[in-house]
Amino acid sequence: MKILVPVKRVIDYNVKIRVNSEGSDVEKNNVKMSMNPFDEIAVEEAVRIKEAGKAEEVIIVSIGDKGSQETIRTAFAMGGDRGIHIVNELNTEPLAVAKILKNLVEKEETDLVILGKQAIDDDSNQTGQMLAALLNWPQATFASKVEVKNDELKVTREIDGGLETLNLKLPCVVTTDLRLNEPRYASLPNIMKAKKKEIIEIPIEDTGIDFSSRLEILKVEEPAVRSGGRKVADVDELINVLKDEVGII
Amino acid sequence: MSILVIAESNGKEVDRGTLSAITAAKKINNEISLLILEESEEVIKQAQKIQGVTKVISASGDLEGGLVENIAPLISECAKGCTHVLSSAGTFGKNIMPRVSALNDSQQISDICEIIDTETFVRPIYAGNALATVKSLDKVKFITVRSTAFEAAQSEGGDAEIVSGPVAGTNGKSSFVNRDLSESDRPDLTAAKIVVSGGRGIGSADNFSILDPLADKLGAAVGASRAAVDAGYVPNDYQVGQTGKVVAPELYIAIGISGAIQHLAGMKDSKTIVAINKDEDAPIFQIADYGLVGDLFEIIPELSEKIK
Repeated sequence: MKILVPVKRVIDYNVKIRVNSEGSDVEKNNVKMSMNPFDEIAVEEAVRIKEAGKAEEVIIVSIGDKGSQETIRTAFAMGGDRGIHIVNELNTEPLAVAKILKNLVEKEETDLVILGKQAIDDDSNQTGQMLAALLNWPQATFASKVEVKNDELKVTREIDGGLETLNLKLPCVVTTDLRLNEPRYASLPNIMKAKKKEIIEIPIEDTGIDFSSRLEILKVEEPAVRSGGRKVADVDELINVLKDEVGII
Repeated sequence: MSILVIAESNGKEVDRGTLSAITAAKKINNEISLLILEESEEVIKQAQKIQGVTKVISASGDLEGGLVENIAPLISECAKGCTHVLSSAGTFGKNIMPRVSALNDSQQISDICEIIDTETFVRPIYAGNALATVKSLDKVKFITVRSTAFEAAQSEGGDAEIVSGPVAGTNGKSSFVNRDLSESDRPDLTAAKIVVSGGRGIGSADNFSILDPLADKLGAAVGASRAAVDAGYVPNDYQVGQTGKVVAPELYIAIGISGAIQHLAGMKDSKTIVAINKDEDAPIFQIADYGLVGDLFEIIPELSEKIK
């Protein structure tokens, strides 16, 4: 079995987000970037399946600017085998990403795609489901447990209010939720080895996919600023405030 | 030309998030069809009474477990002739809508919190740390709606026509095994009116139960910061924050939480925020409406006892 893991380079989750002066996007210059946390979980899961002897190869793909290669190398250091970098200096929307991935899945003949449930930049939560639709494959989103059994996957999903379990026939698409696993830290020898692994670069224009924007961003702004209120002296005052000013108890 | 709203229901009632999606739909067009994906008379009757719904479409066939592989083609069928297809942005809508959107070659608009006009919407990005105004160029718009941003439609007073919808087939590729809904008497984190959250200040997994009496008294859900989850005090599904759950309750009580950016991203849209922390310089106080500085191990039991 071959597993494809798409990864996205995003602003690190610890960075305070600021809107740029033009109000067209958030500030991305001189900001720490890292792999989307949900994608790290996807890489970890794919590598674990391979380590359990149930997959032969984990292929990492990223769509984005030059920096994406660094993200692919991070996935290599965790155990990814080889990489594909689709070069696009601009943002690629989920539907176009799904179309590009569909072509790669067909070309590479992968049986399983594991990817993050959403990227923490645009928070779309679409790519995995769209890819499954385009391939006419079954999907299991928000996975918290994945068991590989012969030609089937048993997946536990996080849904509002609890958990749900599905059986999916391979090939299929799985998107990861937080509880699925805890991604490993790459060891120094593995980081060194990652530098030697192969990344194929493909300009997005060469994919044959229409990647033009369907969702025009008119403006980006800061949400209304929340200003701090006041301190209360003790529990009694807090209860009075909740009763009289907030009116909730 | 009408709008299709995909209902989420549980065999007994239509989900509150769906009622919010109906309110959002009303801001776009008055002709609203509500698609019910189960054969429950109770749910269909209730759906008929929701104000603003003009038509209830009752689907049949293999709807067990709500498998998207069976249901997405059915929704596409119902979407023919519609300008917009909406659902709430819970796990149900998030799971199914992109699949339907891709089948219709349309770039979905996720998690909208405001409607400017029929093709322009506002949606949070970066976990709500920025708001993007986006214009959709697609002919049919597939949209998920942030339920905390729209009031629920009135569930009484409507009188919609009921029609039979398409029949869901059985795909041979996926099957439903079971659903294990948490037995807790507490509300779900993302739907709760009040959330009581604990952070690293709680100190240990055992100590975390100090929040239980307070949550019980308030009918609140219990959440946690990433620090508390990483320290192993509670499981991951408690986590409120950028990489956890995003909540916007009426009242959020942050206890022993310093207020890391990653946590604030998940709760700063709460209507009222109360912070209890022994460090008076904790960043959480900069955004809290009411702050109480002190030892949570004294404050929380006292608070639990004194709340009637």
